[in-house]
Amino acid sequence: MPEAPRQDERPATSPARRYASAFGRFWWEFLIGDTPELLVGGILAVVVVALLAHHGVERAVTVASMPVLVVVVLGASVRRAQRAARGPRPPEP
Amino acid sequence: MHSATIVLLVSVFLASSVEMVEALTIIVAVGVTRGWRSALEGAAAALGVLVVLVLSIGPALVHYVPLDALRITVGGLLLVFGLQWLRKAVLRAAGLKAKHDEDAIFTEQVAELSAQDRPGNGRDSTAFVVAFKGMFLEGLEVVVIVITLGAADHRLGLASLAAGAAVVVVGIVGLIVTRQLAGVPENAMKMVVGLMLVSFGTFWSGEGVGVHWPGSDLALPVLVGVYALVAWVTVSLVARERRPGVEVA
Repeated sequence: MPEAPRQDERPATSPARRYASAFGRFWWEFLIGDTPELLVGGILAVVVVALLAHHGVERAVTVASMPVLVVVVLGASVRRAQRAARGPRPPEP
Repeated sequence: MHSATIVLLVSVFLASSVEMVEALTIIVAVGVTRGWRSALEGAAAALGVLVVLVLSIGPALVHYVPLDALRITVGGLLLVFGLQWLRKAVLRAAGLKAKHDEDAIFTEQVAELSAQDRPGNGRDSTAFVVAFKGMFLEGLEVVVIVITLGAADHRLGLASLAAGAAVVVVGIVGLIVTRQLAGVPENAMKMVVGLMLVSFGTFWSGEGVGVHWPGSDLALPVLVGVYALVAWVTVSLVARERRPGVEVA
C-alpha cells in the first residue's frame, strides 16, 4: 500500500490557485455562509414575483407579494436558528 | 432630494461606518502593540486597493450592463445580503446570538500580536499584513454595497462619497477615542443597514422583473417601515420564546 505523502512533501499550491480559492471562499461566505435558505428563498421570491408580473396578475397582488415573500423567507430562517439553538428534542417517555 | 437618494446615502454611510469600526478595532490593536507606522501603512494600502476596485468595476457595470438586468442581479444580491444582516441583527436583539464585542476582539488581537517577535527598526511586516487584511476584508463588503447600490441607481459617485465620508468620520473619531470603540452602537446600526439593504433589494429586484411600485421611489421608505415593523415583532416573539443561556453560533 503506498504511503500517504507527508505534510512537507505535498506540492506547493500556486499563488493563482490560492487567490482563486480565496475568491471563491469569499463569495461562498458572502452569499451562502450558514444560511443557504436565504439565498434559495431570495431567488425563489424574485422568480415567483416575475411569474406573477408576466402573467397578468393584478398589480396590487404583484406589489404585495414581493415583501410578503421576503418576510416569509426571513421568518423561516429565524425559526431555523431558534430550532438550532434549542437542539434536538428529548425523547418522549 | 429623492427619498431613494436619501435612503441610499444613509445605507452606504451606516454600512461603511459599521465595517470601519470593525476594521479600526484591528488597526488600533496593531498600532498599540506593534507601532503606528506599519499599522497605518497597511490600512492605507488596503484602502487604496479598495478604491481601485470601486473605480474599475463600478463604472463598467453602469455603462455596459442593461439597467433591468443590473437591477435584477443587484437587487437579488442586496436582498440576500440584506436578509443575512437583518437575520443576524434580529437574533442579536432577541438575545439568541452573542453581540459583536469590539472589546473582546481588541483584547484577543493585542494578545496575539504581543506574543510575536518585533523587528528592531524599519517596517514591521506582521503589523502591515494584519492591518492590511483587517481593512481589506472589512472594506470588501463596503465595496460590494457601494458598487451594487451605486450602480443600480446610477449614483456611483454619491455612494462612493458616502462611503468615503464614513471612513473619514469613523477614522477620526476612532483615533481620538482609540480603545472605546465598544461604545459604538454597532448592533443597532447593523439592524438599520439590514432593513435598508432588504428594502433596496426588494425594490430593485421587483422593478427589474416588472413590478410597478405605487408612488415609484416613495415605495422605498414604506418598505423600510414595513420591514422595521416586521423586525420589531420578530424580535419580540423570539425574545419571549427564548430560554435563558441558549444561543446560536
